[in-house]
Amino acid sequence: MALDVTNIVVETLPRFEGYVYPNESGTHPLWGFLIVLYPYITGLVAGAFIMASLVRVFRVKPLEPVYRLSLLTALAFLLCATLPLLFHLGHPERSYQIMITPHLTSPMAIFGFVYAWYLMAVLLLELWFDYREDFVHWSHKTSGIQGIIYRLFTLGVTDTSEKAVALDLKVGWIISIIGIPSAFLLHGYVGFIFGSIKANPWWGNVLMPIIFILSAMVSGIALCVFNYMFLTWVRRRKLDMRCLDVMGMFLFYALVIDATVEALDWIHRNYSAEEGFNVIEYMAKEKLFYTLTIGQVLLGTLIPLLLLGTLQVARKYIPEAARKRIYFTCASFILAGVFAMRWNVVMGGQFFSKSLRGVMSYKLEFAGAEGWLMGLVLLSLPFIILTVLIKLFLSEKLPTSGHIPHRAETDSGEG
Amino acid sequence: MKNSVTRRSMLASLGGAVASLMSLAAARTAKAAVQKVFVTTSAPKDYDPHAHKWLMCLDVDKCIGCGLCVDACKTENHVPQGPTFFRTWIERYIIKKPKPGSGEARGEVVVDSPNGGRDGFPPTLVPREEILKSFFVPKLCNLCEHSPCVQVCPVGATFDSPDGAVLVDPKYCIGCGFCIQACPYGCRFLNPETKTAEKCTLCYHRITRGLKPACVEICPTEARIFGDLKNPVEHDPIQAFIQKNKVNSLKPHLGTNPRVMYANLDKEVR
Repeated sequence: MALDVTNIVVETLPRFEGYVYPNESGTHPLWGFLIVLYPYITGLVAGAFIMASLVRVFRVKPLEPVYRLSLLTALAFLLCATLPLLFHLGHPERSYQIMITPHLTSPMAIFGFVYAWYLMAVLLLELWFDYREDFVHWSHKTSGIQGIIYRLFTLGVTDTSEKAVALDLKVGWIISIIGIPSAFLLHGYVGFIFGSIKANPWWGNVLMPIIFILSAMVSGIALCVFNYMFLTWVRRRKLDMRCLDVMGMFLFYALVIDATVEALDWIHRNYSAEEGFNVIEYMAKEKLFYTLTIGQVLLGTLIPLLLLGTLQVARKYIPEAARKRIYFTCASFILAGVFAMRWNVVMGGQFFSKSLRGVMSYKLEFAGAEGWLMGLVLLSLPFIILTVLIKLFLSEKLPTSGHIPHRAETDSGEG
Repeated sequence: MKNSVTRRSMLASLGGAVASLMSLAAARTAKAAVQKVFVTTSAPKDYDPHAHKWLMCLDVDKCIGCGLCVDACKTENHVPQGPTFFRTWIERYIIKKPKPGSGEARGEVVVDSPNGGRDGFPPTLVPREEILKSFFVPKLCNLCEHSPCVQVCPVGATFDSPDGAVLVDPKYCIGCGFCIQACPYGCRFLNPETKTAEKCTLCYHRITRGLKPACVEICPTEARIFGDLKNPVEHDPIQAFIQKNKVNSLKPHLGTNPRVMYANLDKEVR
């Protein structure tokens, strides 16, 4: 009881209804708030990277102002992606076993390698090739610790001849191409961790990795919109409306595809109505009403679809100020909606018994390893890292080389 | 046009295939050797897991729900106290009569397992005249041939022993809980003291020393039948059980192929 007094406990609905296997009836679901954060953060990484690839690989010129911001966003969130997983382990000190003695049939074991590949072979390399020339210039212009940091990051490669820079651009472009399937793999794999659990009718679903990839793209683009608008506001600069409109357009199309596939999943579940459908239906209608119907469907999908859709057909007639507000609102709603989606997947799968005869409810506590304070700290950590990264690598005081990443191929071709 | 498959390339790919097959075998042997050194089980040193194949079967009609097996299991294996940690438990199924005129064969199904059935079962709240039939079902690890829990363990801390037991190495388990999510039968839990996954081991420390699991030993009605398929004894109880009964397993549609078999299992049991 003492814990309940000192703790803010959010408890909805009675704890159990129907029959729940005794081992399932513990005080908390096994995978709590931290495991909700894990796919959320990983999804933002993959989405932000895809956003950057639009510039680099698909040559979407208007998005150039957010190219580097997207890459840095992806990095900041990727650095934090495994933290929630690590903190929720019973024995975090043994976590290295996943890498040194991986059990190859386990989705979780392979995720370690996918993560390492994505961080080391894709994101850090792409950033390095993109920034190398700037690092060399900046290391000459700045002194003190900042100068040392830039000099260290050149890794000793200080050649800024036209040929060397052309090679940087070319290699960066190739890595970006490898990066797109890698980003899909990264988040598709997170979906597979849940989708492969056939014991759980809420999770065990072939569409799960695809839904995760699509929602990752949506959330990543929304995060880039949010970050871009916030950063411009902090710096008291003028927003590039063309860039924002194009981001809004991609956000809309990604959301249309995501919503379609998720709807397809629901239609299929409803139509086939396999074993366990009764309990899934009950969950959607009762237990997850606020997070699913209100959070995920209404706020996270339908309202943004309507607003962004209107902008696609009637952009000319809507003044800039209103468009900015709409984009910011949509990005925030989508970020919240995708968070609700992750919650619905992770928690929803644990709200009913695998006996399919009963449901449980969740006590979200304030303090403790699985409390929402810890979650909030973990969720703000990537933003703190991103602030540092922006200070260092997106500083207004330091001029950039001005190379246009999407012209990499033609540049080197001409050279 | 030049034929793209030459003898040389053919030989090379054949050689490659053989080499990879051989390395696969070598890798398997190495894995077995490593497991022997590093895996911790409670078996005595001279125990050979390849010489046995343990199995438990259950006769639903014989179970009286006394709860002695649950209590024996908790005591024998130092299972954490409290109503949410069980290596074995008993469920009570009460199938009500259908409502008159409903056209249904049977009515609502009420299932419970207070404290895992350890203290027996209190009288049910369902009025006697409404009950069509009721029965008890003992539950334990289903010893799946394709165990999803083993498949998903990221470090291989839980494994299929060659003798049929599915074990967890508590010194190796990282406590991620993936196996608990993957078990369709709710047979695993996270031990709050050791922070590792735990489950029925068939009392591995006992069966590897020639004893029966505690639950089998104590069952007053012989609802639990235990034996070694590789070393059948005279009038082997397991062989007799399989010969005499029409058996079934839990959630067969999941393809886990549970080895644990139930006689007289009702369709409502999941």
